[in-house]
Amino acid sequence: MAQYEAVIGLEVHAQLLTRTKVFCGCSTAFGNEPNENVCPVCAGMPGVLPVMNDKVLEYAAKMALAVDCRVNPRSVFARKNYFYPDLPKGYQISQYEEPLAEHGRLEIEVDGERKTVGITRIHMEEDAGKNIHSATENVSYVDLNRCGVPLIEIVSEPDMRSADEAVAYLKNLRSILVYLGICDGNMEEGSFRCDANVSVRPVGQPEFGVRAELKNMNSFRHVHKAIEYEIRRHIDCLEDGEKIVQETRLFDTVKGVTLPMRGKEEAHDYRYFPDPDLVPVVMDKVMLSRWRSELPELPEARKRRFMAEHGLPAYDAEVLTAERDVADYFEAALAAGAEPKQAANWIMTELLRELREKKVGALDCALTPQKLARLLKLVESGTISGTSGKQIFAELCATGADPDTYVKDKGLAQISDTGAIEAVLDEVLAANPKELERYRGGERKLTGFFVGQVMRRMKGQANPGLVNELLARKLG
Amino acid sequence: MKINPDDMARIANLARIELSPEKLALFAGQLGDVLTYMDALNAVDTADVRPMYSPVSHHTVTRPDTVVKELARADILAGAPEDDGAFFIVPRIV
Repeated sequence: MAQYEAVIGLEVHAQLLTRTKVFCGCSTAFGNEPNENVCPVCAGMPGVLPVMNDKVLEYAAKMALAVDCRVNPRSVFARKNYFYPDLPKGYQISQYEEPLAEHGRLEIEVDGERKTVGITRIHMEEDAGKNIHSATENVSYVDLNRCGVPLIEIVSEPDMRSADEAVAYLKNLRSILVYLGICDGNMEEGSFRCDANVSVRPVGQPEFGVRAELKNMNSFRHVHKAIEYEIRRHIDCLEDGEKIVQETRLFDTVKGVTLPMRGKEEAHDYRYFPDPDLVPVVMDKVMLSRWRSELPELPEARKRRFMAEHGLPAYDAEVLTAERDVADYFEAALAAGAEPKQAANWIMTELLRELREKKVGALDCALTPQKLARLLKLVESGTISGTSGKQIFAELCATGADPDTYVKDKGLAQISDTGAIEAVLDEVLAANPKELERYRGGERKLTGFFVGQVMRRMKGQANPGLVNELLARKLG
Repeated sequence: MKINPDDMARIANLARIELSPEKLALFAGQLGDVLTYMDALNAVDTADVRPMYSPVSHHTVTRPDTVVKELARADILAGAPEDDGAFFIVPRIV
């Protein structure tokens, strides 16, 4: 069997976190009543004129700078023509021949291997509204609240060779957008959307195979499954000598397969032309250098700094820096005196699980970084065991209780008083003469039995390390 | 440039207009004439000329990102043939 290679390119649409739409002053607030955020401009009334939102330009340019794009000194808006009720003008304002920025790149890492993925272009455009199709009547309902909300489209080069690489690219891209504070990165609500172009070719063949465009993937897991499925489908076709058709396919989330879109929905003939209502966007050099100076420390740089400064392993640094607020939380905990590796462990396991379950952001958690630092101190000093620290973690996150007070009120402090433990240990040894004899006869595994007995008599509050140590000393 | 009735039918379809075969032939001829007229421009050597996207010389003016609520929802919906007080209603799409 021939060896095959997949070729993947991605198109990402990111909704920008501006207060108003790209060409009118309507609010972009999500979840308002239908058609509440609509004006004559975004409703496509005759005679209105679009006026560009300055924040859209700033946010788009910042993303371009963050991924090393060349920002074009001049870019042009174009009309992309198609009829659909969610687009009342009959065209989407986008950029075509002269986009905002080109020739960028993004580093990814899969299984320890680093790779650079090229970014072809980044351009600005407007989102369309939403249609709801009635189940019972022969009508569709249109909500134009989203119509005109600013988007940037980020197009990659066909540089990825596996679903893993595609997902790594998407995660890095999303992370940068969130770090810049220009997109909330929510895939389920559609503020970060992705289409994938997938083709397959025999290894060594320089030309690309025929590609399929995949849509309707609203999580990283879906993207991964859809691409894997599509690669297998192409290989099967090639093996069977079938012809692959260039088409758009939708991912069926239930069945886990991709299916062709119906021909009619796919009939694209956008007839792009420069929008006569909008003059070219000229990029001011002074503004551009100011925006460059305003870029925050980006995830990749922060990851490397966490490794160098705090001695964290690459994996920990990656997990902690994937979300900006988690990285901020970590650094705040360190500032409050937490030990880096301890803090990393507790954040990656306990905190991230709580945040996921309760759907809260790290910095909104009632267990503040300062309180986490105090909790870690309690564990480190042996006041409470690691196990009870984990047991009370959820409660601390839910109530925001002060760890010191909580541990005192609940009587959770473990007994690290040598005298008290020794006294109980003596009782235990005296009460179990047979076991003591067997132990002295060489049955070392009875250590566990004695420790267990001490813990039971002390209601689990004895410091287990200390119990072991004292036992070894007494019996040794 | 020649436009045949098939090209014309495709253009009409994209523009969502229905044309009789007679009209298709008529407009194909007329549109062809317009394009032939434009063809004269192809005689000009534009190799060193930068494409002009707008006849006006100034460039984009931006506005601050401040919310302005211009009209109430009822006013916006009033411009549509059919609505239910919240949504625009259109013939079923899918």
